Amino acid sequence: MNNSDDISPFLEIQRLSKSFPGTVALDEVSLNVCRGEIHSLMGENGAGKSTLMKILAGIYQKDSGQILLNGQPVEIQNERQALQSGIAMVHQELNNFPEMTVAENIFAGREPSRLGMVKKEELNSRAGIILQEFHLNIDPHTKMGMLSISEMQLVEIVKAISCNAAILILDEPTSAISSIDADFLFEVLQRLKKQGVAIIYISHKMEEVFRISDRITVLRDGKWISTGYSTEITRDELIHKMVGRELKELFPDRTSIPGDTVLEVKNLSRQNAFIDISLSVRKGEVLGIAGLVGSGRSEFIKSIFGFPPADSGEILVMGKRVHIHSPGDAMNNGFALVPEDRKLAGLNLLGTVMFNTTLAVLPRFAGFGGMIHRTQEKQAAGYIASQLQVKSGTMNQLISNLSGGNQQKVVLAKWLLVEPSVLLLDEPTRGIDIGAKSEIYQLINKLAMEGMSILMVSSEMTELMGLCERIIAFRKGKISREFDRSGFNQEHILAAIMN
Amino acid sequence: MKQKQIFQYLSRYGILVAFLILILLLSLLSPAFLKTTNIMNILRQTSVNGIVAVGMTFVIILAGIDLSVGSVIALAAVIAASFAHSGDYPLIVPVFAGLAVGGLCGFLNGFVIAKRKIAPFIMTLAMMTIARGAALVYTNGRPVIELSDSYNKIGGSYFLGIPLPVIIFIIIIFIGWVLLSKTVFGRHVYATGGNTTAAALSGIKTGKITIWVYTLAGILSGLAGIVLSSRVMSGSPATGQGYELDAIAAVVIGGTRLTGGVGTIFGTIVGVLIIGVMNNGLDLLNVSSYWQLVVKGIIILLAVVLEKKNSR
Repeated sequence: MNNSDDISPFLEIQRLSKSFPGTVALDEVSLNVCRGEIHSLMGENGAGKSTLMKILAGIYQKDSGQILLNGQPVEIQNERQALQSGIAMVHQELNNFPEMTVAENIFAGREPSRLGMVKKEELNSRAGIILQEFHLNIDPHTKMGMLSISEMQLVEIVKAISCNAAILILDEPTSAISSIDADFLFEVLQRLKKQGVAIIYISHKMEEVFRISDRITVLRDGKWISTGYSTEITRDELIHKMVGRELKELFPDRTSIPGDTVLEVKNLSRQNAFIDISLSVRKGEVLGIAGLVGSGRSEFIKSIFGFPPADSGEILVMGKRVHIHSPGDAMNNGFALVPEDRKLAGLNLLGTVMFNTTLAVLPRFAGFGGMIHRTQEKQAAGYIASQLQVKSGTMNQLISNLSGGNQQKVVLAKWLLVEPSVLLLDEPTRGIDIGAKSEIYQLINKLAMEGMSILMVSSEMTELMGLCERIIAFRKGKISREFDRSGFNQEHILAAIMN
Repeated sequence: MKQKQIFQYLSRYGILVAFLILILLLSLLSPAFLKTTNIMNILRQTSVNGIVAVGMTFVIILAGIDLSVGSVIALAAVIAASFAHSGDYPLIVPVFAGLAVGGLCGFLNGFVIAKRKIAPFIMTLAMMTIARGAALVYTNGRPVIELSDSYNKIGGSYFLGIPLPVIIFIIIIFIGWVLLSKTVFGRHVYATGGNTTAAALSGIKTGKITIWVYTLAGILSGLAGIVLSSRVMSGSPATGQGYELDAIAAVVIGGTRLTGGVGTIFGTIVGVLIIGVMNNGLDLLNVSSYWQLVVKGIIILLAVVLEKKNSR
């Protein structure tokens, strides 16, 4: 806890509203943030968190309401004005120049120069000093693109602070980094807090929100729901406020017992990715893979799907060896893969809901000359979409208009249409709200009970422990340990995946 | 709200509206414009660009570009023409030769782009030079003349009062439209152009799709070369210059995204007709061909600006 009670609010947001065609994104939301405070903003996707932050950062303009800084009203028309007012935002999608050095990135747009010539030495030395202040072991001469995601994030924070930002907005900074990197990030945030920076933190991860925040504000459907000290609210209360309903059973019990072995992997290896992986999944079993980013977990699961294929080793389905050189081969052998990043690999964002739902099974609807039988396609897509409760106006709506959770359901729908016997899931609930998460958990349970074999990679321990029969820990491309349901223990699993 | 809807409607069909306004304007300004002979003239003039533009639509939806079409037209024209002297071979031989040469050039484009991961701009730029050079080598730089009557009829005759090139163009439009919007292949083209990774993970053989699309564009360039050489009754190695840019312009005016994944044959046809009508109209109005280029450029620019605004 800090002493934010005694300090008058540094940033005050008063009755802020913003509408987009068809939706009210923010409805008279008020909020205040103090210096030296970490203020978390929580809510499901579409609750208005991002809209609020984008207004502060000058990306959107408010319809009505007021923003006060130090008691003075400010107008923020664009990103430049936001920076001038001391508000900096580190976006979920990092915007940097990968081909330029770290120093050039930190000083992008305000390079020390004389007569239009950049003073390279000063640039590098000043960047070095700033990085050192933050205890970052990053060489300012390195190309930005060579850094890990978490390092890039830290550089962006450094950049924001070096612009004299007094208010730092972080949008899901830990969604793509390992927990060790997250720990380091939190240390940096604590240091900034001591310097009096006001930090607004958006995250879906309960654990870290409770760990680092002073206060937590919940938004729902564009409205303010509550603000309170993190010590005075429980996890369940928070979830209840976010979803507006009880979430008693996030992970329902499965009553079924796994059957015979369906998938067996023997000594699978791929250069620079994973070495000598052997495992098996039974009918109706959910097998979890835990590991840090870069541990080879995603690479492994993608190689089973032939994207790209493994260098050596065997894959057996129902005891028979199969040869998988491409996703097409994998599909023919009863596999389906829900990839890690739905925007990069799961969906065609230019396409409609229908286009995306049926893409993997189109030949099934082909008639004379490869012409698609539209009614058949519509029926199949409509059926699976209703099964998964995809919320979309029509199937001809552009997929980009759907919320993250519904987009993810479309990816799942697409792969369930394939009717796989083995479903490979890579971070199936990343970046989606808790309501959609719970629906996807129910679905995974249902599929397992119906006899599907599921191999699932996830960064969320609670998710793995709640859904899986067994968990396999990956470390540096190898299996480091295997856990049975009876032996699930968050600390032990974390220890097994840490380098 | 109502105004907004009207605006949305207008911007979605903006190109069509612009086209209709253009026609209205020209028919008011020049009495000759709406005469049947003039309309047939426009259609015949646009048919070669139209055939090429249909192929270009596939290529651009695939997030590619084909700069080689003009040169491939020339190569196909001279090779087809060289088999078309009267009494040498039946008509099928020069026609097949022209289509095959075009298809081969397109296949090479697609193969190198798909397998060697060379940027389409670079590969087709190289093919543009190679095919032009090959056409010059093949003919020693001189046009192939004295073609058979049957060959000359492809570009010069009429069917039910409609010029044959126009009929060929309409058939190509129909095939292109069915292929792109009705078949699995067409859907796979959109998928590959929209997000290659997602397409590959969906089991689509994106390399194969790429090769087929460039081969198709090549075959259509070959066909354009045949029609063009037949109409002027000679196969010239210098023919077809700048056709790639006219085709790209038509496709872009028609609302196809240069970055791939979005576009229609219908839009391309409107794009082709806008360019054709404008050239013809400005001719009728005695505007110099130099100025026509300026106007064409401005129209391309307006179309892209409009599309940008629309997609936001």
